[in-house]
Amino acid sequence: MNAELSSDDLDFQDEVRRFLGSELPDDIRGRVESGGRLSKEQHVRWQKVVYERGWAGVNWPRQYGGTGWTPVQKHIFEKECARAYAPEFISFGLKMVGPVIYTFGTDEQKQRFLPSILSSDTWWCQGYSEPNAGSDLVALTTTAVRRGDHYVVNGAKTWTTYAHRADWMFCLVRTGAADVKSQEAITFLLIDMTSPGITVSPIITLDGAHEVNEVFLNDVKVPVDNRIGEENKGWSYAKFLLNHERTNIAKVAISRQRLSQLKSLLLVTPDGLGGFLSDDPAFSRKLAELEIELKALEFTELRTLSALSTGESPGPQSSILKVCGTEVAQRIDELFVEAAGMAGLPYRPDHYLGNAEVDQAGCVESYVNRTPWYFNNRKASIYGGSNEIQKNIIAKTVLGI
Amino acid sequence: MDLSYSEEQLLLKDSVSRFVARSYEFNRRRDNLHSSLGYSAENWALFAELGWLMIPFDEEDGGLGGSAVDLMILMEEFGKGLVVEPFLATTVLAGGLVAALGSDRQKGDYLSPVIDGAMQLAACYIEPDSRYCLSRVTTKAVRDGGGYVISGKKCVVLNGGHAENYLVVARTSGDSNDQSGISCFIVPNGVSGLSVDNYRMNDGVPAADLVFTDVRVPESSVLGAIGDGFKALESVVARATFAACAESVGIMDELLNKTVEYTKTRKQFGVPISSFQALQHRMVDMFIACEQSRSMLLMAACELDQGSESSLKAVSATKARVGQAARLVGQEAVQIHGGIGITDELDISHYFKRLTSIENLFGSVDYHVGRYMSA
Ligand SMILES: Cc1cc2nc3c(=O)[nH]c(=O)nc-3n(C[C@H](O)[C@H](O)[C@H](O)COP(=O)(O)OP(=O)(O)OC[C@H]3O[C@@H](n4cnc5c(N)ncnc54)[C@H](O)[C@@H]3O)c2cc1C
Repeated sequence: MNAELSSDDLDFQDEVRRFLGSELPDDIRGRVESGGRLSKEQHVRWQKVVYERGWAGVNWPRQYGGTGWTPVQKHIFEKECARAYAPEFISFGLKMVGPVIYTFGTDEQKQRFLPSILSSDTWWCQGYSEPNAGSDLVALTTTAVRRGDHYVVNGAKTWTTYAHRADWMFCLVRTGAADVKSQEAITFLLIDMTSPGITVSPIITLDGAHEVNEVFLNDVKVPVDNRIGEENKGWSYAKFLLNHERTNIAKVAISRQRLSQLKSLLLVTPDGLGGFLSDDPAFSRKLAELEIELKALEFTELRTLSALSTGESPGPQSSILKVCGTEVAQRIDELFVEAAGMAGLPYRPDHYLGNAEVDQAGCVESYVNRTPWYFNNRKASIYGGSNEIQKNIIAKTVLGI
Repeated sequence: MDLSYSEEQLLLKDSVSRFVARSYEFNRRRDNLHSSLGYSAENWALFAELGWLMIPFDEEDGGLGGSAVDLMILMEEFGKGLVVEPFLATTVLAGGLVAALGSDRQKGDYLSPVIDGAMQLAACYIEPDSRYCLSRVTTKAVRDGGGYVISGKKCVVLNGGHAENYLVVARTSGDSNDQSGISCFIVPNGVSGLSVDNYRMNDGVPAADLVFTDVRVPESSVLGAIGDGFKALESVVARATFAACAESVGIMDELLNKTVEYTKTRKQFGVPISSFQALQHRMVDMFIACEQSRSMLLMAACELDQGSESSLKAVSATKARVGQAARLVGQEAVQIHGGIGITDELDISHYFKRLTSIENLFGSVDYHVGRYMSA
């Protein structure tokens, strides 16, 4: 047993570092570093740079334009991206619907959808949740009724991230009889967001950002060709998607980078006594405790990776990645706000939502986006299956209770 | 010993609570907050009319006797409604400084109009590198002819945009961290050499950063004895800290009630989510946090009203305990609401944001635990 990288892996790491060093645009790096929100244009521009290098399909098999990387290489790539303040890729296309399409889609669907997901020319959103189907997703009531070569879809989706920026939505709909309240009546459809009958209405979150939406579907015609797999089998594709992304779910790399960013920030954060917060033993202790927790998480993730690289299926430890990952990330958010002190109070939408450059040299400026980020990231323990639901699943499937 | 409210206090509680029920419908509050003033002038006039602006002051200053329990009752009810009128800024902080340090003439000029609701003030004592330390004052006031010249920066000045006069804490002698050599000046808004950067805080409440560049003020603007303002500043800020704790307790109570109610009506898996034990225990933890905070608040109120030596320590203990509780209750309320909890539309996130502001205003948990240990 050893935790060292092979010389090939080290070469790969150098290659990734060189790439990020020369290709990551300054404005994009600056936004990520300051904790401000990126525009769609910035996301697209960055993904295109990575795409040109052939690296956008981090988790995809080679035959579909993916990297075919080993789990360790993926891990290195993610780590280096975080270290360089590269933005995360938006996951709906690359990490969610892409794998569903190349696993369950027809050849025609693969040709039609996969290339533009990699190149970021089409953006996707995820139409699962509904007003009365959140944690209990199976309770969804949006219906699709077959009429010849198309379905007619009616219903309402909610919390749909980036629906206002997306070209397509992958959507769970109910196709069986209305009284069948089971997983067996759910179908997985790909819906063109420009279809007549779709209305997107914004939901503003507590940090002032427009990220999520309600999506109303009123007699929306969806060609049967846009169905993934079989009718009424949608739940199994949806579950595949939920289970697919085993690596990086804990966002260890990003948490590690943010923690080290906070550490450097403490060196210039006044403690009010003429010194700096880095000298404060109480604060340093909290930071150390969190670093230890993060270390544990990192090795839990590495155990999962190691199993995957040797072709085994990941053990029960992988189930805790989401819960622990979001807890650590949210704890880092808290420490940023604590460290900010009074500098965490002003809300500067021009910095956070807009494009005002943040002067990282100034201490007060470095904290300007941290409180809205803390607010926004409370979502991390709610979406993608809340942490309570994750624990229910672990209790049932891992502990057998 | 009797830890219950007097009849008058119950009446006060009832009257503030009725005001909140009547005038603080959530969308109305939102409109007031989004207006350029950031609050309702009409509400402010009503506060004056109802005598609430008299509460923190002594009878000889035209007040009602200034008991901490009364202040607590008022602030707690304000917290429940997320009241945005600048009571803390104008009345407790700035008004408190005038009451503590002002001459009779100055009280007549600046305190009486505050009590009448006719004047807005703001206290400027936080600096970019002072964090929570009140004696860290680098803004200088230098004697020049018949008056003083003030230069320096002040930040997160509550009500800093619309105050007619500022209470400015500046150093007249000594080193940056000395408790002696700290003086207080009254400076009118609009004076030459003063620039004001207005903004909203994360909870939506207006504040400002102020830069003083050779601002000239006359001798008559000095409040209290030169170089001797620290003690007054410390005790006024302690009272404001206590008031903010009371506001937090009101907010937490409201979050607890709203969360419990919500879980009884929100159904998932065919049952109200309140039926899940995982959530029940979490709400019980919220309840415990609320009650322990309230106990601390009563403890501090008693100490303040006795004027005891240890009242500063009691306030720090309270701020530390309430701060911990506030984080738990705020985060859990959001989490237990699920997605709806993080929307701007629902009031939950606004309570959560205000609690978070108060966590950092007047000193974090760590800061106050430190003060408790060294007091
Ligand atoms: C920012 C954000 C972005 C999102 N993006 C998307 C998206 O792009 N596409 C999409 O389809 N959805 C998205 N979601 C929706 C998300 O998946 C749901 O919010 C989530 O599933 C929770 O559902 P809910 O909000 O209805 O809460 P509810 O299900 O009502 O849950 C409320 C509370 O009850 C708890 N709870 C529920 N059931 C149980 C139980 N059995 N035991 C214990 N506790 C329980 C929950 O954990 C939660 O704390 C997003 C949500 C957010 C906040």
